[in-house]
Amino acid sequence: MTSPLSNMDEVSPAPATPEPEEQVRGLSQGRIVFKRFMDHRGAVIGIIVFILVLILAVSSIGLGPIPGWWKFSYKETPDIMNGGHPTLQLFPFHLGEHPFGQDRVGRDMFAMTMRGTQISISIMIIVGIVAAAIGILIGASSGFFRGKTEAILMRFTDMIIIIPSLIAAAVIAKSSQHLGGIWFLAIFLGFVSWTGMARLVRGDFLTLREREFVDAARLAGASNRRIIFKHILPNAIGVITVNTTLLMSSAILTETALSYVGLGVQAPDISLGKLISDNQAAFSTRPWLFWWPGLFIVVICLCVNFVGDGLRDAFDPRQKKFRLKKDKGDQRVAPAPLESPIDDALDGTSEAPGAGRP
Amino acid sequence: MTTTTPLLAVHDLHVAYPGKGLRAPRTEVLHGVDLDVRPGETLGLVGESGSGKTTIGRAVLGLAPVTGGSITFDGVDITNASRRHRRELSRSMQVVFQDPYTSLNPSLLVGDTLAEPLVAHGRSAHDARAEVAGLLDRVGLPRDAARRLPREFSGGQRQRVAIARALAVRPRLIVCDEPVSALDLTTQAKVLELFLELQRDLGVAYLFVSHDLAVVRYLSHRVAVIHDGRIVETGPTRDVTEHPTDPYTQRLLLSAPVADPAAQRARRERLAAVRASSGSPSSEAAA
Repeated sequence: MTSPLSNMDEVSPAPATPEPEEQVRGLSQGRIVFKRFMDHRGAVIGIIVFILVLILAVSSIGLGPIPGWWKFSYKETPDIMNGGHPTLQLFPFHLGEHPFGQDRVGRDMFAMTMRGTQISISIMIIVGIVAAAIGILIGASSGFFRGKTEAILMRFTDMIIIIPSLIAAAVIAKSSQHLGGIWFLAIFLGFVSWTGMARLVRGDFLTLREREFVDAARLAGASNRRIIFKHILPNAIGVITVNTTLLMSSAILTETALSYVGLGVQAPDISLGKLISDNQAAFSTRPWLFWWPGLFIVVICLCVNFVGDGLRDAFDPRQKKFRLKKDKGDQRVAPAPLESPIDDALDGTSEAPGAGRP
Repeated sequence: MTTTTPLLAVHDLHVAYPGKGLRAPRTEVLHGVDLDVRPGETLGLVGESGSGKTTIGRAVLGLAPVTGGSITFDGVDITNASRRHRRELSRSMQVVFQDPYTSLNPSLLVGDTLAEPLVAHGRSAHDARAEVAGLLDRVGLPRDAARRLPREFSGGQRQRVAIARALAVRPRLIVCDEPVSALDLTTQAKVLELFLELQRDLGVAYLFVSHDLAVVRYLSHRVAVIHDGRIVETGPTRDVTEHPTDPYTQRLLLSAPVADPAAQRARRERLAAVRASSGSPSSEAAA
């Protein structure tokens, strides 16, 4: 028993540097999340398709006063050609006069779909921002301060949850035209869809506020604000990001559903859901009138969901692996995950298997 | 350090944690604890799991609900110190927690973690940065550590960061809540060495909480043994660990195995010292 121990005795004070220098340039949390995200094929395709759709929607018919490259606007009513049938051809590729067809009065369906896409995406983004902001604020304060604050804020959250958003939206829709149209609708949707976010953020704060680094920060003299924004919020960013994307994709569906029953976007404005509801009567005669908006809804939702999925995986600490380099040809061994165990072994810390105490 | 006034004095301390639910009875964890730590001294606090040793440390720091008794720091009663008073106190009283994997914010650069207490006490960001470099030197970490995240360090290195954070404001007392029990043995020895060195150079006092007798023996001037929320024995390290009077202390001493190289070294040295001063090594043989 004495010989291995005395051997350890000689060894332990010997190294001049206390612990091994880790040579690997450390990657920040953000870089790792980004790398993992880029390794998620579905998420990367999702974000690329989403950006393409966004570029198409904005550049084709322009945005506000800026003109786009498409010859028709969504307000014009040109003559109906070929019974309004779509002229889009894939082989050989050919757009034709009205690639997505025309509706009953001759409006160009492509221009209308693009306009609807613009509106739907703006609603989605506004809902995401508003809901995330309120959810984080309420969740963070109730999780951090606990006690009375928490009780009041969480009961308030419960109250918002039980408001049936369809009925509330019906009331809102009537007055929305005087109050700024889709912007008002988007902000309203944001005001009713933050509840899940608030609960999640509260849960995360409840866990994180008990962690020792929060105690340590408090004992170091940090203020509440600093603890919330510097110590707790950055560690909850994964939950927040993921939840925001999922919230956005559900927002686009809510808006579609509301518009479909006629309570969402109102007449002069167009959204994808409204296009479908306007043209549902023409299902048997002119099915393309809701194929296209329907296709765009599905594509946008799928993309956002895939991105959310990729973000969740990227933030998941249990998923350690990511490919370090995708170099042409050279099969280098990924250094980072291997480095630390080797260092530990060299350090001699793992050399005394029998020395562990109970 | 024989008759100096204590830096920290704990008298008849009671701590009870609230029960679950509205009317649930509270669980009393400490039933009247008396302690004192003199300036520049290490008081080791040993006891088994659940004996309340960590709670004493937390009560001193204001993190546990004190229900009775008093805590005095440097002659000032801090039992129920206000938030502002606590903030002032943090200049002279700091902490090193047990687990270096949870006591450092994983998303904050080491430099920012170390600058935090300095900035909180009114130092400018520029000053703090210069100070951080000195702190890293002090605890034997490379200077570029300031620009890295805690994830990039081993357990021992992280504990060094935690120690540097505690040292940043030049406190007079550091509460060490089992600071080496999460570390492997060789790292433990190095970190303990660092604790000793810092005390020698800076004259800081430690309230050193540990379940590990060997560690406490290595580091402490005096030892207090806690059992079931009461101090059962207290006195100079050698007296308590070699001639324990309380039966619980005797049991505790006997139940400690001797497989720790640091402890083994300390033991061997002390054994030699004891032999030289003609003391009988009988209590040593027991282990």
